[in-house]
Parts: sequence; C-alpha cells; structure tokens
Amino acid sequence: MFDLILTQTLNGLASASSLFLVASGLSIIFGVTRIVNFAHGSLYMLGAYIAWTLVSRFGPADALGFWGGVVLAALLVGMIGVVIEVLILRRIYQAPELFQLLATFGVVLMLQDLTLATWGAEDKLGPRAPGFKSFVILFGNRFPTYELFLIAVGPLVLLVLWLLFQKTRWGTLVRAATQDREMVGALGVNQRLLFTSVFFFGAMLAGLGGALQLPREAVNLHMDLAMISEAFVVVVVGGLGSVTGAYLAAILIGILHAFGILIFPKITLVLVFLVMAVVLVVKPYGLMGKAPVGHARGHGPAEPLLLPADNLTKLAGLIGLAVLALAPLVAPDHILLTLTELVIFALFAASLHFMMGPGGMASFGHAAYFGLGAYGAALAVKWLGAPMEPALLFAPFLAGIAGVVFGWFCVRLSGVYLAMLTLAFAQIAWATAFQWVEVTGGDNGILGVWPSSWAASKFAFYYLALIICAASILALRLTIFSPLGYALRAARDNPLRSEAIGIDVMRIQWIAFIVAAFAAGIAGALFAFFKGSVFPTYMAIPRSVDALLMVLLGGVQTVSGPIVGAFAFAGLSEQLMKATMYWRFVLGFSIVLLVIAFPRGLVGASLLGLERWRGRPEAAAKPVLATEAGR
Amino acid sequence: MTIDRRNFLAGASAGVTLIAAPSLVRAQGTGPIKVGEINSYTAQPAFLKPYRQGWELALEQINAAGGALGRKIETVFRDDGGKPEDAVRHAGDLINAEKVDLLSGGFLSNVGLAIADFALQNKKLYVASEPLSDALVWAKGNRYTFRLRPSTYMQAAMLVEEAAKLPAKKWAVVAPNYEYGQSAVKWFKELLKKAKPDVEFVAEQFPALGRIDAGATVQALEASKPDAIFNVTFGADLSNFVRQGNTRGLFEGRVVASMLTGEPEYLDPLGAEAPVGWIVTGYPQAEIKTPEHVKFRDAYMAKFSDYPRLGSVVGFDTMNSIAAALTKAGSTDTEKLVDALKGLEFPSAFGQAEYRAVDHQSTLGAYVGRTAVKDGKGVMVDWTYRDGAKYLPADDVVKTLRPAG
Repeated sequence: MFDLILTQTLNGLASASSLFLVASGLSIIFGVTRIVNFAHGSLYMLGAYIAWTLVSRFGPADALGFWGGVVLAALLVGMIGVVIEVLILRRIYQAPELFQLLATFGVVLMLQDLTLATWGAEDKLGPRAPGFKSFVILFGNRFPTYELFLIAVGPLVLLVLWLLFQKTRWGTLVRAATQDREMVGALGVNQRLLFTSVFFFGAMLAGLGGALQLPREAVNLHMDLAMISEAFVVVVVGGLGSVTGAYLAAILIGILHAFGILIFPKITLVLVFLVMAVVLVVKPYGLMGKAPVGHARGHGPAEPLLLPADNLTKLAGLIGLAVLALAPLVAPDHILLTLTELVIFALFAASLHFMMGPGGMASFGHAAYFGLGAYGAALAVKWLGAPMEPALLFAPFLAGIAGVVFGWFCVRLSGVYLAMLTLAFAQIAWATAFQWVEVTGGDNGILGVWPSSWAASKFAFYYLALIICAASILALRLTIFSPLGYALRAARDNPLRSEAIGIDVMRIQWIAFIVAAFAAGIAGALFAFFKGSVFPTYMAIPRSVDALLMVLLGGVQTVSGPIVGAFAFAGLSEQLMKATMYWRFVLGFSIVLLVIAFPRGLVGASLLGLERWRGRPEAAAKPVLATEAGR
Repeated sequence: MTIDRRNFLAGASAGVTLIAAPSLVRAQGTGPIKVGEINSYTAQPAFLKPYRQGWELALEQINAAGGALGRKIETVFRDDGGKPEDAVRHAGDLINAEKVDLLSGGFLSNVGLAIADFALQNKKLYVASEPLSDALVWAKGNRYTFRLRPSTYMQAAMLVEEAAKLPAKKWAVVAPNYEYGQSAVKWFKELLKKAKPDVEFVAEQFPALGRIDAGATVQALEASKPDAIFNVTFGADLSNFVRQGNTRGLFEGRVVASMLTGEPEYLDPLGAEAPVGWIVTGYPQAEIKTPEHVKFRDAYMAKFSDYPRLGSVVGFDTMNSIAAALTKAGSTDTEKLVDALKGLEFPSAFGQAEYRAVDHQSTLGAYVGRTAVKDGKGVMVDWTYRDGAKYLPADDVVKTLRPAG
C-alpha cells in the first residue's frame, strides 16, 4: 500500500511538470499584461505538433535530433506568441477584460483549424526520448525514467524563473509591471517591448510544455482545451501572476489526479474544479496571489446611460414580434426550426446580459444555468415521469437554486476573479453531468425528452417557445428599469457610493445573479424539449462563450443588443457550420475582428452612428457624463 | 433601441420575401435518392476517413450499375465532431432542409443512441453503421433503427470464448467512460462469469474518452495484481495506455483480451510498440483470401492506392446494404424500407450477412486472433472469422432484452 502511495505521488509530480510550464507562462502573461490568455492551451498543442514534425525530421533516435527538436519547437511557439501579440492583443490592451478573453478564444478557434489543416486529424504518436526509454525499480514498481526527468524539470524551470526575475533587469521590470504597470510606464520603460517579450517568454514555456509531452502521449487536436481548463485552475488556485503559486497548485492538481484515479476513479474531473472553487471562496486571490493594486475592476470605457424605450423603439419591437409571430404562416419547416432555436437563444443571451450589462458581473460560465435548466427538465421527465408542462415549470428552479448557491460566492468577487469563479462552478456542473453516469447518463445524455403531444408539431412548439421567451425577455427588460434595476446599475457604477446611500450591493447583485440563472434555466428547459435530448455539452465552455458572443455582438451597453446579437450569431454560426469544414477558423476570425473593430457591438455601433448622424448635442455630452459617473 | 423606420421596413420585407420564396419542390421519384450520413469525421479520423472512402467506393459501383430504383444515390455528409448534440442538430437539418430519404452513420455509441431516438420521434429510417452499444438494438431498440457492426455483446462473447480457456482468475478492466465502454464491460463480466463462475474482477478503471491519464491508470491496475486484463480503450487512449503499460511492465506475464485492438486503424499507429499476444477482435486485411474480400480489397487499392482499414469495410457494407434495402422495398417510403430491411440479406466484404428481423442487428461477424509484431509493425496472427449469427442469444432471450419488439 505504502509503495503504491509513493509511486502514485511520483506520477502526480510527473504530470504536474507540463501543467506547471503552461500555467507559469499563463500566469506571467496575466501578471504583466492583465490578459487571461485562453489561447495558451493552443500554444501548448502547437508545441507538441511542431516538436513532432521537427523530431521526426531530425531523427528521433539521435539525442541531438530529439532534444534539438524539442528546444527549437519551444522557440518557434514563442515566435508564434509574438505574432499573436503584435497582430491582435496589442490592439486591445485597453478593452474590457471580457473582450480580451473573447479575442483569445477567437485565436483558439483559429489555431484549432490551422492545426487541423496543417497536420491532419490523425493522432500522432511521438518517439520515446533517447536516453530515457527505460525504467528504474522504485518502491517495488517499475517507473519510467522519462517521468523522473519530467519531475526534475518542474523545480528546474522554477529555479530558472526565480533567477531570471530576481537577478536580471528584465525580470525586475516584469515584477514591477506585475505590481503596477502604469507606474512602470510612467517611469519611461518601453511597455510595448516589455509586453511582447513577456508574451514570447510565456508562449515559449507553453510550447516547451507541449514538446515535452511528446514521448508521453499521442499528440491530438483535443490537447488545447483539455490543457487550458486545467491550466486555468492551476493559475487561479496558485494566484494570478504568481509563479511559485502556480508550481504549488500544479503539484496539488497533479497529485489530486493521480490519487483521484485510485480512490475516486469516477469523479476525477469534478475534484479538480471543486478544489478551485474552494480556494477561490476561501482565498479569493489564490494561494500565493495578492489583491491587485488599482485595477480590481475593468477599466474599459464607462457605461453609457440606459434609457427606457421611446415610441419608435417600441414600434420596432412590436413589428419584430409581429414578424416572428406571423413567420410560421410562410416559413418552411427548417426555417421554423431555426427560428425556434434563435428565439430560445435570444432569451439565453438576454439573461446573461441582465447580469453582465446592468449588473456589471461578467460570467464565464453562464451555460451552467442553461444546462441545469435542460437537465432539470430531462431529469423530471426521466426520473419523475413528469409530462412536459410540470417539467418546464420545475426546470428553471433547479437553475435558480444553483444561482442562489453559486451566486452567493460569486458576488463576493469582482472582475476577472468573478469570471473565473463562475467558470469553476460551470465546470463543476459540467463535470457532474459528465461523470455522474447513474443519474445524468454521463456522456450519453438523457434521451426521449419530447414535448407533450399538443406541442409536438414544429408549429405549436414554435409558438410555445416564442410566447415564453418573449414574455421572459420583456420581464427582464422591465426589471432593468425597475427600482431593482436602478439599484443594480448604481452598484455597478460605484459600489462605494451605493453602499453609502443604503443599497446593499452584494444582496442586489446576488438577486440579479439568481434572476439571470432562472431565466437561463427557462431557455435551457425549452431547448431540452426542442431537441428531445440533453447532453453535458449543454453546459460546456463553448456554450458559455456562445452566450458571451451573442451579448457582445449585440452590445453590452444596450438593452436590445443581446436579442439582435443572438439572432446574428446563432444564424451566422449555423450557416457557417454547413458551408465550410473550417467554420471554426471563420468564426474565430470574426470574433477577433469584432473585438477589434466593434467593441460596442452591433446595436451599440449603430446607435452611436445614429446619434452622430442626428447630431444631437446631448448625445455628445452623454459619454462624458457617464465617464464621470463611472469613476 | 432606435432603428430608422425606412431601413427597418425594407429589411423586414426583404426578410419575408426570402422566407416566402418558393423552395425547390423536388418531385418524388425523379431526382436522386438522398442519404444523410452523419459521422465524427474530424473527431475520429483514423476510422472514418477509410470509412468514407469505402462508402464512396460502394456508391460509385452502385451508381455505375444504374443506382437503385432507376435513380442515382447521393450522399449528404455531415460532421458531428463526436458530440451527440451536434449529431441531433444535423439530423434535424438533414430531414427538414435537405429532405433526405434516410439517415445513416454514427461512430460513437452515445451519438448513435441520440440519432436513433431522433429517428424514432421523426419516423425516419436510421441505418447505424458503427455504434457498437447493444442498447441500440436491444434496451433502446426501435422500429426505425438497424445496425451493421457486431455489437459490444457479440464482440465480448467472441473474446469471452477465448478468455474462458485461460487459467486467469483475477481480471482487471479498463474502458472509456461512456456507453460503448460501459456496455462492453457489462457483457464481458456477465458472460465470463457465466462461462467460468470462479473468476473475479479486482479493479476497474473508467477514464473519460480521450483523456486517459495513462501512467496513473496503469499503476492503479498494476496495484490490483490481476492475472489478466480486459481492455476496451481505443485510439489515442489506447496508444497512451500501451506505451505506459509497456514501460511499466503491466502486460508482462499477463494476458490481455482487448476489443477492436486488431483493427489496423488502432494497431498501425503503435508501430513496433504494438502489444504481443493480446487476444483481440480486428481485421487482418492483407491475409483474408475469400473471393468477396479479394475483390473488395483490389477495387479499394486501385481507387485509393492505400490498403483498406476496418472502417473501409464498414462504409462499403453500409452503403451496399442500403442499396439492397432500397431495391427490395421498391420505394423510398420509410415504412416500406423498414419492412424490407427486416431479414434483408446483403453482400458484404466478409460474405453474405443479414439484418435479423427479431432485433434489427446484422449478422456481420468479426475476426478474432492474437497480436504480434512483424517487421516493426503490429499484425494479427492465428485469426479466424467468427460469424456474428453464432454470437447472439436465442431469439426468446433477445425478445426479453428488446422491449420495443
């Protein structure tokens, strides 16, 4: 038993090394540039692919060929990081955090398809490392020497990083920028060069992490997302910006994995995110992290005032609704199906907007509540034998209850930490659905969640969805202009002043969180009956990103934006998926363009254009006022 | 929100015109017959690239001979990316927008089950080619779903026949944690216990598909000191598992019974590291000399300048069985097609096979043998063909397993 514990500890330490390399790069980049680089997992994957190509070309049996290939691959990935930084990220350092996160997610999508196009879809089994092909006997078990080598790499890199940061001018600048980058800029340091070099360095570490995996596992196209979600956990648990913290967290997660397999083989995925949530709740800035100086909150442009609809807007909304209501009379079946989906997504987007726009709480895991709504409906049908009507009523409460619990913790944080905690909770929900096979069916999902016979026709279900979604969206809209909505916006714009005039900020935000979760649950339940089945993918990261994209495409600072955004995004991505095999690339590219060119979203941009065209003097004055208020 | 009224009205009326535009009405019985084929082309390329090539070979041969019902057959391919959610969306789109006459495909078992449920709800025929879960034709079987490949039950039964001859008493299992893995393990355990009541199962590992932590998993299996191992992993999981297992000596002095490992798509990537002496189901493509197979293999090599994988056979046979069903039904009507498929005999690259009327499972078999390494490549030796019909329970047992009848 004792020997098994020791061996499994070593296994955990070996897996921790690659995780640490990726996570430390991510952490350094965040510390200096304040960008949470979603594409870091993709750089890790590229490292593995490039190393595979180089090593096969240089001759895998030759020590120089192998190690030369690995090092060169890491350097090349560093260069790719520089290209990404110069072409994309440099333009969005001033944008709100969420936009940056989205832009890097766009890069993930693009790199996924570029990798597919370059290396093909087949898995690549790399060669074993020369000099490390064998094993040693440790504690009565055979243990691969390469794993021992990996165990040594972690502390070695940590040492190098420490020397670099303590003993060189560059390292000092990086540490200074991590503490207060405005001050570093004010003191005359070339920020551009610093940021680019940091990005090169971080990307190189990720590439090295990938290249070192070559003898360990087959290189494949799913490495990027698998790694990035773990690396996020490590960085957040360790404390954003702290390299030592990242090392401790990587070891913690690696060992947790190794023993999880031994003790709880069926809940390994949940364990990791559970640890992350617990750490964030107990130590919001991670094990070794410090509360950020100055920039706890986003520093994007201040939010403009929201105004209740004037008559023209009401008319437009009414016409839009009328068109949707009359559409089934002329639309063929497949258009009707698309419209049903769009209507449901509009509610999903509106619910996210409610907490993100007026609430100022950017959620990176909103799919959890959509998925819980869907699972609520499906579980009611499967385990309680409920027909559609009670299941539809029950489902949003499951999402709402999750909102009560998760929200209570989330509203205690703000900005990127809040987004990370919502992500952790969403991943817990996802992992539970994925691994609790007895109840949720795991990866098989729950099938046979079909509507009652009166609503089974496409025609009837469309009207059911339209009525429920339109009513819910209107209710959300009314809430935004209710006293609760005003209090919420006050809390977003200035928490201190709001507290001073007697608004319980956390409570208001908590309520908004719950309302948003509940509304997303309604959308999810409808979606379950619409598709007839639910799967864990309903609450996976890509669905949360979809929701964010819909809101941002429409514009966060407008009330109708998310609805327009939902129609634009869902319509576009469906057409794309049919039109080209490389739809991910096109979608990713559009996201990046959107973030760079239309940071206010479609509705926001058109509103701005309209105001300029009308030349209203008060419109010009408004942003100034809003900026003042935002401070 | 404020939108300029003129622009809005123009946009709205354009939208209405677009929706109202008379969609192309396809006269029944004149255009090509359309098959909607959904598969995990990008998620499982090792199997599905050859699958698609085998499919296209069959399609070319059928259309060159005049198609079916005097019409050409056409395929609309869709990629589900290994996600049941996407498969269901494609199925809806294929039926409603593309107006396909029937659905086919599916690789992962959970994807197959999702499409089967969709087919039942929409009363459309679904010919499942690869999803192996027995639930597809038994526990969740329905009138509209048929399946070509030998199921988890059949392949487990074939392996159990060999495994029961071994002296091994303590078994450990490792399987991907989704429908296929769970179902294979369930039947292997049940059938082996029946054949040899004194066996015990000492360890189980269910890594998530595509996410095996091979070192720790191997160690956990090693710790239970089994006499033999039953493996259900495939693809990248298998490669990682075999490499760690080889280095850590997990397979030394132990026999491994393994699903699908003899298929070239999973054996070839292992190269010289391929395991030796495993009892596997698979496809020794270069050595099968039956006339049907030689004819198929020659045609395939001529068209693609590459040797066939098992996926090629599955794609080829699925298309051929669909064509045979269309000819027998004399119509593209779903109900008539379903009736035609019950008891349909069709030519396969492994010889004649039949879709059983009792449970819609085809009697296509599999090759069982041992793995070996020859010239730095994994191969199958001592193999024999096992006819699928012999590895299914009696009809009255099947009826109790299949509530749908």
